[in-house]
Amino acid sequence: MTDDSFTDDSFTDDSKGEPVHQGYLDDVSTAFADYDVLGAFWVNIQLTVYAGLIALVLGTVLAVMRISPVPSLRWAGTTYVTLLRNTPLTIIIVGCVLGLWGQLGVSLGTGFQQNFFRLAVLGLAVYHAAFVCEALRSGVNTVPTGQAEAARAIGLNFGQVAGLVILPQAFRGAVAPLGNVLIALVKNSTVAAAGSVAEASVLMKEMIENRPDIILTIFVVFALGFVVLVVPIGLATTSLSRRLAVAR
Amino acid sequence: MADLDVTPDVTARPLGDPLVVLSHVNKHFGDLHVLKDIDLTVHRGEVVVVIGPSGSGKSTLCRTINRLETIDSGTIRIDGTELPEEGKALARLRADVGMVFQSFNLFAHKSVLENVTLGPTKVKGMSRADARTKATSLLERVGVGNQADKLPAQLSGGQQQRVAIARALAMDPQVMLFDEPTSALDPEMINEVLDVMVSLAREGMTMIVVTHEMGFARRAAHRVVFMDGGQIVEEADPETFFTAPRSDRARDFLSKILTH
Ligand SMILES: Nc1ncnc2c1ncn2[C@@H]1O[C@H](COP(=O)(O)OP(=O)(O)O)[C@@H](O)[C@H]1O
Ligand SMILES: [Mg+2]
Repeated sequence: MTDDSFTDDSFTDDSKGEPVHQGYLDDVSTAFADYDVLGAFWVNIQLTVYAGLIALVLGTVLAVMRISPVPSLRWAGTTYVTLLRNTPLTIIIVGCVLGLWGQLGVSLGTGFQQNFFRLAVLGLAVYHAAFVCEALRSGVNTVPTGQAEAARAIGLNFGQVAGLVILPQAFRGAVAPLGNVLIALVKNSTVAAAGSVAEASVLMKEMIENRPDIILTIFVVFALGFVVLVVPIGLATTSLSRRLAVAR
Repeated sequence: MADLDVTPDVTARPLGDPLVVLSHVNKHFGDLHVLKDIDLTVHRGEVVVVIGPSGSGKSTLCRTINRLETIDSGTIRIDGTELPEEGKALARLRADVGMVFQSFNLFAHKSVLENVTLGPTKVKGMSRADARTKATSLLERVGVGNQADKLPAQLSGGQQQRVAIARALAMDPQVMLFDEPTSALDPEMINEVLDVMVSLAREGMTMIVVTHEMGFARRAAHRVVFMDGGQIVEEADPETFFTAPRSDRARDFLSKILTH
């Protein structure tokens, strides 16, 4: 595979002077040899990992805010979730890249590529943090109120009650919904295209434009690529959620 | 009812100074007046049994004493100090007031030992090793020393409740509150919990116990407080209360729990 997909547009391998006409399979294999498909998917994986980690931390903070006894924190948490969850992701990503960088000159890295990548990670993270928060809150709801009361009764403060008693159980009760957020994030990482990040869906579009003769195959390969990424996450979280479930 | 020996051996001991003092305590849940002008003084070393029909406010009374519920008016003092609002002082107070719940409420994700060491290490700053030693001897004392590494769900209800008692004792509380500690238990496990409570009473622990176990009240309590409709209707020593209640409401209540 090569990186210079723009320059190498030849439909034929003429090294042996063979005729232009080839079989469909040969067409496909030459096309995919010309484009770095794995590299493009690797960008989606990186977007997912970085955005996922940040969303997990931010979502946890938001969930703690939403269960805290301080009304203004609860309000701030609720407002964040309502706003971010109800804004289309494309708009958030475009807002990050064009708004933050284009208008305000916020730069998160050196060079366009790194900067766009990081801004897209930021957009994906702040959006999915709202969903992490909601997933965690559903986990909090699996923890009986008596757990928090017993924790308060031995003198733990709010931070300790949340960090030592509620959240550890909430995470274990929220593995399945958190897995769903991760799955959505993998797929939504393609929206980074709107922020000029060269990930899989961008490459797919480019290949389709250059090789309209094998559109269907290109489409199937990219779709399968995402299935291959997503299915194991579903299987893993299902089995994890069973294994980590808190016995009561 | 559990079948306990009814010799009042605890109650002969002289009592100390007032430790828990509620005066004119009122509490509402919306329109519902759950605690009506409650006055109650519990002395150091005293065991008070609170009894009364369901919904009469017994749990709420217990919960106000370590401020799991706030009150609308009146005062609650522990050892002369009024209950603090939030913050560090409240955490310290809660450590002084041990609480045992009807549903045990052991931390489901922590081992039995960790349940007991959590408070001492995180609230009192005790070293892990010291907390472990202390927890081990408390678990031994309530008869579940060999279950230390299990998770709560692996224990029977009676064992869980005894761990809950050890967890509260680990904070060296001045007073212990028990809110119907045996009502969620199968009959054969009630006595193993009551026995632990009786021995605590013998050692001089100040206790406020919501329970309908008359055997326990007769054996360990100095005083029975009868609540109905958010009020303290009647107080007497156990023998007097159970054999010759003064109020109609207490008579009516006793006739119901005796004939079921
Ligand atoms: N958190 C609450 N919100 C509203 N009403 C409550 C709450 N807790 C208890 N109550 C009501 O207060 C009354 C007293 O309850 P409780 O103290 O639990 O009584 P008891 O323990 O004697 O059965 C009941 O009518 C109950 O429904
Ligand atoms: Mg009750």
